[in-house]
Amino acid sequence: MSTVTAPAPTGTRAPEPRTDVRKFLQLNWIGGLGGLFWLVVVILPVYWIVLTSVKTRANYYTTNPLAPPGEISFENYSFVMESGFPRYFANTAIVTLGAVVPAVLISFMAAFAIVRAGDGRFLRSVNLLFLAGLAIPLQAVIIPVYLIIIRLQMYDTLLAIILPSIAFAIPLTVLILSNFIRDVPKELFESMRLDGASEWRTAWSLAFPLTRPALVTVGIYNALTIWNGFLLPLVLTTDPNQRTLPLALWSFQGQYGVNVPAVAAAVVLTTLPILTLYVIGRRQLLSGLTAGFGR
Amino acid sequence: MTVPVQVPPSEVVPGRTASHTVRQGSIAWMVLPALVMFVAFAVIPLIGVFALSFTEWNGIGDIRPAGFDSWREVLTDPGLPNALWVTFEVMALSWAFQTPLSLLLGVFLAGKQRYRGVLAVLFFVPLLLSQAAIAITFKALLDPNFGLGAGLGIDFLVQDWLGEPTLALATVVFVVSWQFIPFHTLIYQGAVRQIPVSLYEAAQLDGAGRLRQFFSITLPQLKNTVIASSTLMVIGSLTFFDLIWVLTAGGPGDATRALALDMYIRGFRANLMGPASAIAVILVVVGLLLALALRRLGGGRDAGSQLEGM
Repeated sequence: MSTVTAPAPTGTRAPEPRTDVRKFLQLNWIGGLGGLFWLVVVILPVYWIVLTSVKTRANYYTTNPLAPPGEISFENYSFVMESGFPRYFANTAIVTLGAVVPAVLISFMAAFAIVRAGDGRFLRSVNLLFLAGLAIPLQAVIIPVYLIIIRLQMYDTLLAIILPSIAFAIPLTVLILSNFIRDVPKELFESMRLDGASEWRTAWSLAFPLTRPALVTVGIYNALTIWNGFLLPLVLTTDPNQRTLPLALWSFQGQYGVNVPAVAAAVVLTTLPILTLYVIGRRQLLSGLTAGFGR
Repeated sequence: MTVPVQVPPSEVVPGRTASHTVRQGSIAWMVLPALVMFVAFAVIPLIGVFALSFTEWNGIGDIRPAGFDSWREVLTDPGLPNALWVTFEVMALSWAFQTPLSLLLGVFLAGKQRYRGVLAVLFFVPLLLSQAAIAITFKALLDPNFGLGAGLGIDFLVQDWLGEPTLALATVVFVVSWQFIPFHTLIYQGAVRQIPVSLYEAAQLDGAGRLRQFFSITLPQLKNTVIASSTLMVIGSLTFFDLIWVLTAGGPGDATRALALDMYIRGFRANLMGPASAIAVILVVVGLLLALALRRLGGGRDAGSQLEGM
């Protein structure tokens, strides 16, 4: 660290030519190297899996794992598509939508009630229950959930995955939404009340539209969690017709593990929908990911 | 993805709009659908897992009370200390690996330069992928004959990564970090951007270099973020399941059989739901104790309120 004799007046950039050297030294070398290193670490597996997915089986064993395949073949993809993946895709979409939409709606209702009348004893304890519920890990209660599902005769149905998914989305969703609803100016609520609107109407025609950004954020976060969910489908279904994508991927790998290019194609195919979403709505998605952390 | 977003419950003050709230009688029912779902599939199961640990059940037939049998079995089984130790190893090692790297990357990506924005887009991709997909990819990628090692021609990378106990554990730690470093980077990136620029300007006037600035401004300012991010890592690593299960299934032997896997294997593979429930109870208790300890470490309630402000 050199001693600075004449610091620039603004304190940010000195105009003298000599600072070129200093600027060079001041570049964030460690950060840059770390960034470069991690870029390689992230990109390599992604590059490899895409590359492998377009190789033929024979090619996979003979070419260098990282070298271009020569000729691009989509036979792996058609094989994956013929192995039931359209069905698994539909299942996953049903489970995700079927869980996220109700979860967000009922959480919104709960959050609204908690914000509007939260000093009542009942609602206050419900709020505390949801907060404490943030700490309940799904893994720890999976056995009783399994018991409940078989007693409800729902084993091997998509509903079996949907119901617990809703329950476990609730605490965080309520927390985030109630923080958001709390920011709605009270005068708006008051004027709705003076107009004679019921609380029910106020919730849907005032608070709901105003909390839309938060609704989108929690919606995305929950959708990603449920779309990628593995444990619930693993424990609550065995029927291949009810598989969701991550489970299907695992079974596929167990069945055709030696056929690495086909497995790679399956990985790429199941990941494609999420990556497409990422490209479209990156900002929303990232804010969704840290939903529990922001606000 | 199971990003462990178990932020220690930050205190929400329900009374902030006290003067304007309505009587709860008229709208309290709106909380009911969520409450019923949550009680049915989270609260009752939590009580249930405790109750089931005192029973005998094979997962299909009748449930019979069995007193402390399951607990005796679990507590005398050498499998438990092993599972606890593996869990601890994964927790500590992945913390030690993830924290410096995500701190570094977070600080780096907080810069406004355009190329850093582009880098950030790529960096966060692992967060979006399912753990099953990630585990399957690495499983094939680490193949000694046709994987990365052979491709790059680096002998060090040509090893039986998943077949040797120590290496398998290291692999689990690495793959876990591969997925979660972006999440913590995101947290640090956000926190760094909140540090007032004036602090850096003052430091620059005083002639502090980059490293000096990092250690005297950035790091102290991020103290609460480090604690929060570490809490998420530690608590989250207790429940790692999908990734390890697909990657190693707990093997070789039981080298990577962490608590959650131990529970699943006992319960759903060996059909011993009683002992598996006991393990689940241990999981909950350890999680609570760790959360409390970390809260105390972070200065008690202070950490909570800092979290809320971020």
